Amino acid sequence: MAITAKNLDKNEYFYGHKACAGCGGSLAVRAALKVLGEKSAAVLPAGCMSAVGFNFPQLCFGNNAIISMFAGTASMLTGVEAGLRRRGIKDFHAVGFAGDGGTADIGIQALSGAIDRGDDIIYICYDNEAYMNTGIQKSGLTPFGARTTTTPAGKNIRGNIRPKKNMFEIAAAHDIPYAATATIGYINDFMEKVDKASRIKGTKYIHVIAPCPTGWGIPVDATVEAAREIVDCGLWYLAEYENGEFKINRDPGEFTDPAEYLKKQGRFKHLTDEDVDVIIKSRDKKWEKIRREWK
Amino acid sequence: MKPYLREKKSFAFEDIPEDTCFEAGYLVTVNSGWRSRTPQIDNEKCIGCGQCYLYCPDGVIAMDGKTPVIDYDFCKGCGICAKICPKSAIELR
Repeated sequence: MAITAKNLDKNEYFYGHKACAGCGGSLAVRAALKVLGEKSAAVLPAGCMSAVGFNFPQLCFGNNAIISMFAGTASMLTGVEAGLRRRGIKDFHAVGFAGDGGTADIGIQALSGAIDRGDDIIYICYDNEAYMNTGIQKSGLTPFGARTTTTPAGKNIRGNIRPKKNMFEIAAAHDIPYAATATIGYINDFMEKVDKASRIKGTKYIHVIAPCPTGWGIPVDATVEAAREIVDCGLWYLAEYENGEFKINRDPGEFTDPAEYLKKQGRFKHLTDEDVDVIIKSRDKKWEKIRREWK
Repeated sequence: MKPYLREKKSFAFEDIPEDTCFEAGYLVTVNSGWRSRTPQIDNEKCIGCGQCYLYCPDGVIAMDGKTPVIDYDFCKGCGICAKICPKSAIELR
């Protein structure tokens, strides 16, 4: 069933937090918890969402939530799920919210282990494309060309020289029961994927793009707009992996101009036309494969 | 229900729990001091679609039937609601 403003849980489970105005990550956490409800146990590793959610005595989660060590989001989820099951508690969701660094770099072996064991957990990666909590350092999910404090833009090197790690397909390669990509720009699609994940047994992985106004160099009211444009210009895609098959949910057909999306952001301001061409070429290559091989 | 502002706001060292557990949804400070502009809803233009409610990162807009109501204690004034509104019924002032 489609999730709309009307049938969504009216309660708020992430409220009064100290995230920056216009934070994309906090919208992802809020929306996911509204779908999963009060009987969800949230696990958050070091990162923005644990830093803004737990400032004793200001505790902003309305459900049970715990901070894990940076590398151990998925392993703590395993323990939470096993513990609650052992105590006879039913109809709960063990859900993790880790950033891109906590997923693709530091927490990848714990996540891989949890998928391998087939634990009944939901792992949500909110991807703001760098280590934003510590002051914008490059992570494995920082896209090509982005300026961060560890990949500065100068005369010789113009921002990050490596492409974004393909975390969605890495999770899918484990033959995971369910994996999906989403963006906070299309929040209904994201919430429907969380809802679908909550009904599937086994490990679920959802990768959601959550722009960060501070790190991306965009106005605080442009977060949702940027999260839409990244899909419309083809630099991100909405897809699912289920029963061993990839499925593309939304093919924009004609893409909007990526240069327009890139030039709005402070982190891409330095890019030359040749750099943009490199980005467009890699996008076209990716989409050619998607259109050929995915349903 | 949502996390709400409590009356007990400061804790002496002895009050702090020895283990790491504490009550969920315990708020002691507001976020209203963060903003320089405040969103105002024009209820005549509003069609009650709930887009502002769905996209607010802080969850401060609640739908009272078809009328959005803003909790100004926790609104940070980011302006996403004004930008997302299909009828331009929200203005930042």
